[in-house]
Amino acid sequence: MWRWFHKLGSPKWFYAISGRWLPWFAVAALLLLTVGTVWALLFAPADYQQGNSYRIIYIHVPAAFLAQSGYVMMAIAGAVGLIWKMKLADVMAKCCAPIGASFTLLALITGAVWGKPTWGAWWVWDARLTSMLVLLFLYLGVVALQSAFTDRNQAARASALLSLVGLVNIPIIKYSVEWWNTLHQPASLTLTQKPTMPAEMWVPLLIMVAGFYCFFTVVLFMRARVELLDRERRTGWVKDIIRDKG
Amino acid sequence: MYFDNFSEFLAMGGHGLYVWIAYGLTAVIFIFNLIIPIFKRKRIIVEQTRQLRREELHASNS
Repeated sequence: MWRWFHKLGSPKWFYAISGRWLPWFAVAALLLLTVGTVWALLFAPADYQQGNSYRIIYIHVPAAFLAQSGYVMMAIAGAVGLIWKMKLADVMAKCCAPIGASFTLLALITGAVWGKPTWGAWWVWDARLTSMLVLLFLYLGVVALQSAFTDRNQAARASALLSLVGLVNIPIIKYSVEWWNTLHQPASLTLTQKPTMPAEMWVPLLIMVAGFYCFFTVVLFMRARVELLDRERRTGWVKDIIRDKG
Repeated sequence: MYFDNFSEFLAMGGHGLYVWIAYGLTAVIFIFNLIIPIFKRKRIIVEQTRQLRREELHASNS
C-alpha cells in the first residue's frame, strides 16, 4: 500500500503513465461528446414546457457537475499535499483551479442564457446561482494565490488552505435548491431516484456528463504534465525527454 | 430526428439564439482549455532545450 502511494507521488511515474492514458481519454471524450451533442441537439424530444431552449441542459448540468467535483478534487489534492508534502498532489491542485474556474464560468453563463427565455431574466439572486458565483470566486482566489508567491511550497500551502475552507460551499450549492425555495429547479439527475425525464432525454445527458469528465481528465493531465516538465527541469528524466524532443 | 429541416433546426422553435450562444461558448471554453497547455508545453520545451545546450556547451568548454 505505502509503496504504491509513493509511486503514485512520483512525478516521473505519473508523467509516463499519464502519457499512456491520455490518448484513450481523448478518444473517449471525443466519442462521447460527439454522440452526446448530436443526440442532444437533433434527436432528443423538446420539453413540453420549455420547448427547445431546454437543450442547454446538456451542457449546463455537466459543466456544473464538473465545477463542483473539480473543486472537491482540488481541495483533496491540496490536503494530500499539505499533509504528506507530495509534489504531485500540489501539481494536481494547481492544475485543477483554472480548469474548474472555466467550467464554473460555463455553468453560470449557460445558466444565464437558459434563464433568459425560461425565467425572463439573465440573472437572479437565487441561492443556487449565488453559491455558484461564490464557487467561481473561490477558484479565482486559488488561481491568484498560486501565482502570488515566488516560493512554490508557500503557494501550494496557501491555496490548499483556501480550497479547504471553501469546501463548505459545496454542500451549500448542492442543497441550495432544497433549503431555499427559489427559482432554480431541483436536481435533474440523482443517484437514488429514477429520473423524472424520459430515457430519450436523460440518456444523452448521462453521455454528455461522461464526456465532460473524460475531457476534464484530458486537460488536467495535459496541464499537469507541462507543470511537471517545468518543475522537474533539473532532474535527469526531464532532461532526457527534452533531449529527445529538441 | 426531431426536426423536419435544417432551418427549423437552426431556429430551435424560436430559441435558436440562446441554444447556439450556449453551445458556441462551450466550444470556445473547450478549445481554450486544450490550446493553453499545448502552447505552454511548446514554450517550455524550447526554453529547456536552449538551457540544456548552454549547459552542455559550458561543460565541454571547461
